[in-house]
Amino acid sequence: MALAILRRLAGAAAVLTALAVAIPALTSSPALAQQKPIKVGFSMALTGPLGAGGKSALIAMEIWRDDVNAKGGLLGRPVEFVYYDDQTNPAKVPPIYTKLLEVDGVDLVVSSYGTNVIVPAMPIVMRKKMVFPSLFGLAVNDEFKYDRYFQIMPAGPAPKEDWSRGFFELAKSKGLKTVALAAADAEFAQNAADGARKNAKAMGFEIVYDKSYPPPTTDFAPIIRAIQATNPDVVYVGSYPPDSAGMVKAANEIGLKTKLFGGGMVGLQFAAIQKNLGPMLNGIVNYDFWVPAPTLNFPGIEAFLTKYQKKAADAGVDPLGHYLPPWAYAYLEVLGQAVQATKSLDQDKLAQHMRTATYNTIVGPVKFGSNGEWASTRALMVQFRDLKANDLEQFNKAGSRVVLYPDSVKSGELVFPYRQ
Amino acid sequence: MITDPGLFLNTVVAGLLLGGFYTAVALGLSIAFGQLDIVNIAHPAFIIIGSYFAYLFGSQYGFDPVLTGIAMTPVFFVLGIVVYRVYYASFERTGQESLSGLAFFFGLMFIIEVTLILIYGVDYRLVPAPYIGVNWKIGVVDVPLRMAIPFAVSMLMTIGLFFYLSKTFIGRAILAVSQDRQALQLMGADPVKIKQVAFGLALATASIAGALLIIIGPVEPSINREYIGRAFAIVVLGGMGSITGTVLAAFILGIAESFILTYASPSWAPAVAFGILLFTLAVRPSGILGRQS
Repeated sequence: MALAILRRLAGAAAVLTALAVAIPALTSSPALAQQKPIKVGFSMALTGPLGAGGKSALIAMEIWRDDVNAKGGLLGRPVEFVYYDDQTNPAKVPPIYTKLLEVDGVDLVVSSYGTNVIVPAMPIVMRKKMVFPSLFGLAVNDEFKYDRYFQIMPAGPAPKEDWSRGFFELAKSKGLKTVALAAADAEFAQNAADGARKNAKAMGFEIVYDKSYPPPTTDFAPIIRAIQATNPDVVYVGSYPPDSAGMVKAANEIGLKTKLFGGGMVGLQFAAIQKNLGPMLNGIVNYDFWVPAPTLNFPGIEAFLTKYQKKAADAGVDPLGHYLPPWAYAYLEVLGQAVQATKSLDQDKLAQHMRTATYNTIVGPVKFGSNGEWASTRALMVQFRDLKANDLEQFNKAGSRVVLYPDSVKSGELVFPYRQ
Repeated sequence: MITDPGLFLNTVVAGLLLGGFYTAVALGLSIAFGQLDIVNIAHPAFIIIGSYFAYLFGSQYGFDPVLTGIAMTPVFFVLGIVVYRVYYASFERTGQESLSGLAFFFGLMFIIEVTLILIYGVDYRLVPAPYIGVNWKIGVVDVPLRMAIPFAVSMLMTIGLFFYLSKTFIGRAILAVSQDRQALQLMGADPVKIKQVAFGLALATASIAGALLIIIGPVEPSINREYIGRAFAIVVLGGMGSITGTVLAAFILGIAESFILTYASPSWAPAVAFGILLFTLAVRPSGILGRQS
């Protein structure tokens, strides 16, 4: 009997000892768990026209948060997100940032995805003098000139012009003369068209067609026919995803004859649209920011994409994640590295650091210029090549999108002309 | 450019094809709003459900979107009956259908959007079909099958519905309930039952219209909002409840849009379409083929 009690006591002691060892091991950083979290606040376009991109961005941001917390957090404190869906509705953005800063008491803020929902946050963020890393805003700071705005999209110091500079330089290198411009009636597309117009004029092109179309356009064949009637050498399109798909389909059905076609078509970077259009994309030259190419294989990008693609499949968002997610991870990487380097959440110190430092991220080295845009452009011009129908996996391989511009990351030569 | 006869002909054909698709979008609303006085602002949202069914069966099992749209019409018909019963019990029976009914359908639209987002996410969805990207060249005229198939299916659906409404007992009763509900009651028919059948038919057209929409371009849950204004404009322009008027109005809007996109500034397309609506209502308040009161 006594022996049995002793045996039970010994067993209980063993369990307690094991627990005493295991509990600290399970909570890998007990100090981290006890620390007050650093709150990062933002609105995000989780529904509405930019919802697909916004949701994939959020997945990337959560991967960054989990990566950082697994390594001990920032300044020894865990990172926590406070975010709200802005529904891609500019009117929702100011109250969200007011709440984040006045009620939720966040320590850091970052932007939503896209020009239209970044602009309305600017006055709120500026009033509180917050550092504002921004995700894919085109030329937002041209008007505000805010010295704490840092934009991760690699458009370049003159974003409107740099966005399409590569496209027109390629056209010029082939001796092309006439240009047709078609753009959606919306802020981003109009900014892109402004830049394209300036580039075309500066490089001596004759603009033979320059028109905007309303975003709810159903059939793009009449626009493509009107463009064809002017017989341009170059067709530059600034469009949103459904319009881009409509334009490409109409161009293929009608047999648009031009030497260079593409430019600023949003959506041709998205996996669902790529898979559906397949061979209709062949020959199109369009902007992009990251594609699988040996010249863009930066440390960490593969590991990130592996994690992202696993999560994206469950969330029903872009399964490849080449376009926006790496940048959503990178703009937080920049902010996190600035916090670690300054050992502070002080907005003056962070802004000062971000103006001068170069950050190593999964999208390559990032350095900001005086207006908060990239110090030099890395907006890619890529050409779709040798695509087959209904094959998503082909877009995961180098060669399906060949980088033509800029020279620093070029992976091939332009196949020319588009169609004669 | 304006003197090129090939371009002119292509513009007319593109407008007709577009008008054919707009007919499919507006047909159900023509019954619900035009004949039953039910302001079903959620009709385009039901069309998007039709698109997602076409996407689901197309991507999972390789079914043709048009066949899926046709096969799903009984489901939409039953859904229409259920929605009408709820609408009737909650609003119409108590005479609160005007403002509360509008709010009901507005809410329904958001519920549909959010449900689709929760199930499918917010990514754009497209369907593969062998005729997408194929173009028939007839002389100088291009006929892209991506637009021609929706046109043909829409016309067949419209003709079928037209004959059903004009030749069958229930069809005539539906027309009667829109004109004189009390007289129909005196004839021994139950107006509520007739209206629920009519609303079921209206939603059944959404199944096919949704399949046609996803053939033309990518869809996402909130894209229905782009079609609310157009669909109501067509129904009002056509003359509230007239099937022939709806077809005519859809063609007028389609051709006007096509000409503006080709020959003028595309930005003006919506303004011109609604301008035509306002002008028509100014000179003929009941619409093109509406009954003059």
